[in-house]
Amino acid sequence: MSIDELLEEFEELLDWEEQCDFLIDLGFELPKLPEELKTTENIVRGCQSLVWLISEPVTEDGVTKIAIQADSDSMIVKGLIAVLLAAYSNKTPQQIIDTDIEGLFERMGLNQHLSSTRRNGLHGMVQRVRGFAEQHAV
Amino acid sequence: MPDAASATFDAEEIRRQFPVLNQELKHGRPVFLDSAASAQKPSVVIAKEREVEEQYFANAYRGRYSFGARVDEELEASRQKIASFIGAESSSSIAFTAGTTLGLNQVAFGWGRGRLQPGDEIVITPMEHHANFVPWQQLAQETGAQLKLIPLTDDGRLQLDALETVITASTKIVAVCSMSNVLGTVNPIAAIANRVHEVGGVIVVDGAQSVPHSPTDVQMDDVDFLVFSGHKIYGPTGVGIVYARPDRMNELQPIVFGGHMIRNVTVESSEWADYPARLEAGTLPIIQAIALGTAIDWVTGIGLDDMHQYEHSLLVEATDRLLQIPGMKIFGPDPEHKGAIIAFRIDGLHPEDLAAMLDRRAVFTRHGHHCTMPLHDLLGVTATTRASFGAYNTPQDIDVLIEAIEFARKKLRLT
Repeated sequence: MSIDELLEEFEELLDWEEQCDFLIDLGFELPKLPEELKTTENIVRGCQSLVWLISEPVTEDGVTKIAIQADSDSMIVKGLIAVLLAAYSNKTPQQIIDTDIEGLFERMGLNQHLSSTRRNGLHGMVQRVRGFAEQHAV
Repeated sequence: MPDAASATFDAEEIRRQFPVLNQELKHGRPVFLDSAASAQKPSVVIAKEREVEEQYFANAYRGRYSFGARVDEELEASRQKIASFIGAESSSSIAFTAGTTLGLNQVAFGWGRGRLQPGDEIVITPMEHHANFVPWQQLAQETGAQLKLIPLTDDGRLQLDALETVITASTKIVAVCSMSNVLGTVNPIAAIANRVHEVGGVIVVDGAQSVPHSPTDVQMDDVDFLVFSGHKIYGPTGVGIVYARPDRMNELQPIVFGGHMIRNVTVESSEWADYPARLEAGTLPIIQAIALGTAIDWVTGIGLDDMHQYEHSLLVEATDRLLQIPGMKIFGPDPEHKGAIIAFRIDGLHPEDLAAMLDRRAVFTRHGHHCTMPLHDLLGVTATTRASFGAYNTPQDIDVLIEAIEFARKKLRLT
């Protein structure tokens, strides 16, 4: 699902309860990370839930894009990861840097509905991906 | 209702006295299961706060006008109620502070700094809240004293047979909670105090969890210092109590300076007022300290023994029902050894996801490490869900909790 499709569906939902269910559904659909990739280095700091995140550059036809895989022990966090991946997947480092992710979270009302630890965790994931994109930006 | 004690205890009537609990939310009335973090306030306490604000507010121990005199009188009456409530020798043993955290820091540094040296030992337990863990750790680092822990049994009680080996002639301070804020474990304070005094040390008790839920008698237990908070005993936030045994009172040096804690100041030096004033720097939380007396009256009016028995019956009932849920793990001892706190995990359900789903059913629990990271390391988990009970919880609250957990299990596809 593209981020625009995702947003469209999300915004049609009636209230936070439905949106929360939607995030959980996204979480269940998120591919599981292979156990061997759930290493200490791949853990994102700042999350109360465990979050593993791996990003790597993939070059095809001379264009470098960032591939991201992530997983969590919390299903709601997995749903948030799915949102993050929809926003960032198949993008060049510069496109990732240019993505207004905070604006996206704001639009989804996540700041209002997530606990402060969850918001910090989400911020930690964003920082990790952005840092990686900055290293690989041309 | 499980037993005779709870049959005469009208929790619905008590609940009606709490405005915040008498709201209808989307899925029903709020089921408040986070009293271990902060309890709700009955109307009488809120009314007392309004009374002070609207009728005679002034700064304390300063004004020679009628408002000031009334405030002083009310504060002293509150101090007296608190003293009687915990079995203290007199109201002069009771100092108002900002809460348990400041109180414990005050005792740690006010008593330990300048008294401890390398070779001395401070003994705590792995179940302490950070507020009764970190000050002692920092004091140990500052003075060169050694920090030691009384080990726990597998079910989260103190290993009492280790007291003699852990508390030694080098032990100067033992700091222990009377009830754990996670495991619910009730610790045998009198027995620990006895051992501490055999070796010539002092015992500091973090009473934040036990004082609101079971009777306290500082003289019978022979504790040197007891600290607790107003907001966990149906009183206001921002006020807490330090009790000091009369012979220990002026051994406490202040760590915060200014206001009526001063006796005399010259350019070169300062002298402190006697305890309790020496601990009461700056302007007191006046309204809160006065209304804390009202909260104590409210608890005493219902009867703390009855409250304790009633809450225990809720604990037993909730424990039985929770244990029927597949994948349920409750941390801490059996109900007979604990107060009304249940920390748990359910296989396959992250505590924060569970808390979020319970919130959707107006069931308010706490999740996380509950300011006890060393304990959670020992338990081998990063977080737990905690349900804690107060006098206003009802058997119906347990039904709603169980239904809400079923709802969460369904949503997270565990059934």
